[in-house]
Amino acid sequence: MAELVEELKEKIIDQLSLEDIEVSDIDNNDPLFGDGLGLDSIDALELIVLLEKEYGIKLTDPKEGKAIFQSVQVMADYITKHRTK
Amino acid sequence: MSKCYIKGIASITAQPTTVEDQFLEEIISYQESIFRASDPNYKEFIKPAAMRRMSKAVKMGVTASQMALKQANIEQPDAIITGTGMGCRQDSEKFLEKILYDDEQYLTPTLFIQSTHNTVGGQIALGLKCKAYNVTYVQSAVSFESAIIDAQLMLDEQPNSNIMVGGIDEIAKTSSRFHILNGDVKKEEIHNLELLSSTTTGTIASEGATFMVIGNEDTTNNIAEIVDVEIKYSASVEEIKKDILEFIARNDLEITAIDAIVLGNNGDHSFDHYYQELQQTLFKDTEQLYYKHLIGEYHTASAFAYWIGTKIFEYKNVPDVLRLNDKKSQEHKNILIYNHYRGENHSIALLRKC
Repeated sequence: MAELVEELKEKIIDQLSLEDIEVSDIDNNDPLFGDGLGLDSIDALELIVLLEKEYGIKLTDPKEGKAIFQSVQVMADYITKHRTK
Repeated sequence: MSKCYIKGIASITAQPTTVEDQFLEEIISYQESIFRASDPNYKEFIKPAAMRRMSKAVKMGVTASQMALKQANIEQPDAIITGTGMGCRQDSEKFLEKILYDDEQYLTPTLFIQSTHNTVGGQIALGLKCKAYNVTYVQSAVSFESAIIDAQLMLDEQPNSNIMVGGIDEIAKTSSRFHILNGDVKKEEIHNLELLSSTTTGTIASEGATFMVIGNEDTTNNIAEIVDVEIKYSASVEEIKKDILEFIARNDLEITAIDAIVLGNNGDHSFDHYYQELQQTLFKDTEQLYYKHLIGEYHTASAFAYWIGTKIFEYKNVPDVLRLNDKKSQEHKNILIYNHYRGENHSIALLRKC
C-alpha cells in the first residue's frame, strides 16, 4: 500500500503539472481539493483519466469522484480494491 | 479615423527586452536556426496555481500584457484583442501526440482547453477578471496588425476606451522541425547576428509576445501614435512600392519626412528582395533598421517593430545593432514599418512621436 501511495503522488504531480510540489509535500490524508492541494474541477477530470489509464478503473459517474478523490490515501484504498491492471 | 495612441508597450523576445530602463544594450547571440524566447520571472506576474497549466505562449502573453498595463497605469482594459499566427502550438502538439500514442483514448481536458488560438486572450481576461470584448485574430503574418485595425475601429465607436492589443507565437518541437523540412527555416546552423550574409533560403525561427495598451485620449503619458496601418495579402515588389508611396501620401507626408524605416529582413534569400528593393530605391537616403536577426521570425514578429519604434521615441536613440545602413536621422518623428512573410501578408504602418 505504501508503495502505491508514493506512486500515486508521483503520478498526480506529473499529470497535474504541480511544478513546485514534491512527493514529500503531500500528506496521505491531506484533502486534494479546497484547502489541501487546492485542486479544481479540471484536475478532477484529469484524475478520472489517470484512474482509467493507469489502473483500468472507469468511473461511469463523475460524481463518484467526490468520494474517491478525498485524499491520496482514500484514492489508494479505492485503487487497491478496484484496479484491473 | 480616430487617433490611436500607445500608452504602454512590453515585449518578450529572444533578447532581454523585459529588462527595465534598457533598450537593446545587451544582446544575446545564437548559433542555431531555432531559438527560444528569453524568460522573465513569470512568477512575479502569474500565480503558481494558474501557471502550472500554461504553455510558454500563455505565460509570455499574460506577462507581457501585465507589463504593458503597468506602463499605461491602467488596471482594466475595455477590450482584449490578440493576434497569433499559430496559437498555442505546444499544447496542440501534446494533445495530438496523446491521440496518436494512446490510440485515441484517455484524452485529458487541460491540453485541449489550452491548445486553442484564443487561449492567451482568455487567460489574460481570466487573470484580470475582465469580461469585456475579447477577440483573437489568426491571420498569419498580419495577425497582430489585424488586431490593431480592430482596435482602431473600436476606438472610433467607443472613444476614451483603453484597448489591450497583443501578438503572440511560440515554438513547438515537432512543427518547428516541419518548418526545417519544408525550407521555411534554414537547415544549417547560423549565427543570428550574421543573418543577412546568408545566401540560403529559409530563416531563423523564434517566439515572443508583444502587448500594448492603446487609446485615443490625448494625454501626456502617450508614447507614440499609430497613425495608420495597412495590410495586403499578396503583392509584387512593384505593387508594394506603389502601395507604400500611396500610404505615405494619404497620410500627408513625403518620403523625406520618414525618419526611419523598420524592415522585416529575415535572411531568406528567396524573399528578402522585397526589402532590398525598398532599401535601394525609395528609402536609399532614409535610416534603415531591422530586427529579425535579434528576435527571429514568427508570425507576430512584426509587433516587435512597434516596440522598437516606441523605444526610439522614448530613448531618442537607435542602437547600432538595428542598423541596416549608415544613414542617421537627427530626430525621429515619423517611423515607417514594413513587413511580409514569404512574399505574402504584407503590412505597412506609420508611427509618430507624441
